[in-house]
Amino acid sequence: MTVNSTPTSEGLEIRNLSCTREDRTLFSGLSFHLTTGHAIQIEGPNGSGKTTLLRMLCGLRLADKGEIYWNGCDISEERGAFLSNLNYIGHAHGVKGELTPLENLRVSQAMAARSNSLPLDDALEKVGLLGFEDVPSRTLSAGQRRRVALARLLINPAPLWILDEPFTAIDIQGQKQIENMITQHVLDGGMAILTSHHPLDLSEDHLSRVNLAT
Amino acid sequence: MWSFFHRLASPKHFYLFANRIIPWLGWSTLITFIIGTYLGLFVAPTDYQQGESYRIIYIHVPAAWMSMFVYMIMAIAGGIGLIWKMKMADIIASSAAPLGAAFTILALITGSLWGKPMWGTWWIWDARLTSELILLFLYLGFIALQSAIEDRRTAANACAILALVGVVNIPIIHYSVEWWNTLHQGPTVTRFGKSAMATSMLIPLLTMFLAFKLYFGTTLLMRARVEILERERDTTWMKKMIMGSDK
Amino acid sequence: MTNSSLSKAFIAIIKRDLTLALRTRSEIANPLIFFVIIVSLFPLAVSPEPELLKTMAPGVIWVAALLSTMLSLDSIFRSDFEDGSLEQMLLSPHPMPILVLGKIIAHWLVSGLPLIFLAPLLGVLLFLPYDAMPALLATLALGTPVLSLVGAIGVALTVGLRRGGVLLSLLVLPLYIPVLIFASNAIATAAADMSIKGQLYFLAAMFALALTLAPLATAAALRISLR
Repeated sequence: MTVNSTPTSEGLEIRNLSCTREDRTLFSGLSFHLTTGHAIQIEGPNGSGKTTLLRMLCGLRLADKGEIYWNGCDISEERGAFLSNLNYIGHAHGVKGELTPLENLRVSQAMAARSNSLPLDDALEKVGLLGFEDVPSRTLSAGQRRRVALARLLINPAPLWILDEPFTAIDIQGQKQIENMITQHVLDGGMAILTSHHPLDLSEDHLSRVNLAT
Repeated sequence: MWSFFHRLASPKHFYLFANRIIPWLGWSTLITFIIGTYLGLFVAPTDYQQGESYRIIYIHVPAAWMSMFVYMIMAIAGGIGLIWKMKMADIIASSAAPLGAAFTILALITGSLWGKPMWGTWWIWDARLTSELILLFLYLGFIALQSAIEDRRTAANACAILALVGVVNIPIIHYSVEWWNTLHQGPTVTRFGKSAMATSMLIPLLTMFLAFKLYFGTTLLMRARVEILERERDTTWMKKMIMGSDK
Repeated sequence: MTNSSLSKAFIAIIKRDLTLALRTRSEIANPLIFFVIIVSLFPLAVSPEPELLKTMAPGVIWVAALLSTMLSLDSIFRSDFEDGSLEQMLLSPHPMPILVLGKIIAHWLVSGLPLIFLAPLLGVLLFLPYDAMPALLATLALGTPVLSLVGAIGVALTVGLRRGGVLLSLLVLPLYIPVLIFASNAIATAAADMSIKGQLYFLAAMFALALTLAPLATAAALRISLR
């Protein structure tokens, strides 16, 4: 790959990304290109820098080396344009325990660049939280709270999903639901990057894997 | 000229430059200190109001000037590091902080020593001393924040923001303390007339000021050199250089 | 992104933080109780002599206000940092300084505003003359927002640290000194029946300066702390 040419292609392009933490190189020379209708699954053992990579892709953490482009623009220069196309659910998922699931979603909706017409109740129903709209989130189980966070994906119509271990603490039936959500999004022309060992039901055309250990 | 500064931004060139210039700076510091001390203690005339005790200004005043000056340097370097992500600027800012704090402490101690013959007490809530005290707090906050954050880059950037906030605040603090002081104490004896100072007293003061500046330059470069050694220990140029000197 | 969606986000942030504060009421109440206790310690420690307390009242009330604000500051960003809400805020396409301003306003409404209501009561306890009451309220109204604004910078710088509490006060208290000087002096001056216009103008100027610069510095500091 010629590093100096300006990228014009759409999607998320990563070039030669490196990360060192406390003098230890986690990964280096990482390059990949995510286009519409594709998902990338990041794999690697614990401590291989999966979460760090996702935080870099969001622009939360500075890359030690390398560039990240969204639709051909460096994400640190065109931050607003990039962020309005991004849905990120991190390890700490940002669900307030003192607020009800509905209130949590209402705040997320207000913070997004735009929202689709899906009513918040329906979004909660789709992630299996029917009947829990109005109880404080802190009384919910860990898996249910993660579902509240995942409901954000349904109300913010951003094409790029970056998900850090989305299946953690979620039961088997729920995992199936979430998986369907992700595959549906990708097949509809969305993009997803996730760290998880959970196999996704997507053909090789739509799914690629990046292993950080190698 | 411009390319010279550009090269200094790289730690390697800065390190080599510091190596070359430190001996020169060090010797000129020593010489100006000796000249300044001699002029201040033996050549400058006795003050008709304060007698011999006024001679402490040859340490107190340069130290007080430096305490402000170093904070400005820190804020400017911090701002440069924040905006242009220049590693050397971060190193300068973090190396300067303890020096600035030391100058501030020196100014406070000499001020208090001076207060004893002047007012008969070790401490007086005089506007300048109070400002110095608050400045010391600002320095201590900076150093505490720096040592609390583990990641070097994060620490440098966080401290740069603190220094910039401090720089906006210093004039406000200074003005408010002056105002508070005149209000509570009435016009106190100004330490030495704001008007013209005799040339024979001024020249030693300026010499000492130069000596303090040179001292600051020397120690800043020495501290920066150590900082570079620590940060760049894994780079190839550093390994080569150390291997080379071992042979 | 339109202006209306920005103002929607701004209002949503304020509403969210106020709701959170109302649901964890003790967190609002504790700094206020602390404020009252500190003030009532002074007569016990120094002397119940009205003349003495009268001269000390402006300073004591303001020092107590400073300290109780310090106690409540951490709540601006700490819990949002821990549960990841702050990350979500940084990843919102809306300008961060505006969202930060929303959080600061909410903080002031729950921690600064109640001080204004409590202060006259404490003024009475310390024999502050009635002529000085309007000055007390005016300085608190202009000064406590500055405390919230400047304090937010300090919290943003220390939020990523495990033991940020003491460090926070070390960073922030020196920056509070000008407010302390002008506010307590204004009250003392008003008690002596003199004009306090100058002091109030100065406090207002500090408020304007803090309002424009502090959200920018806070947003930048948060970006750094969350790395």
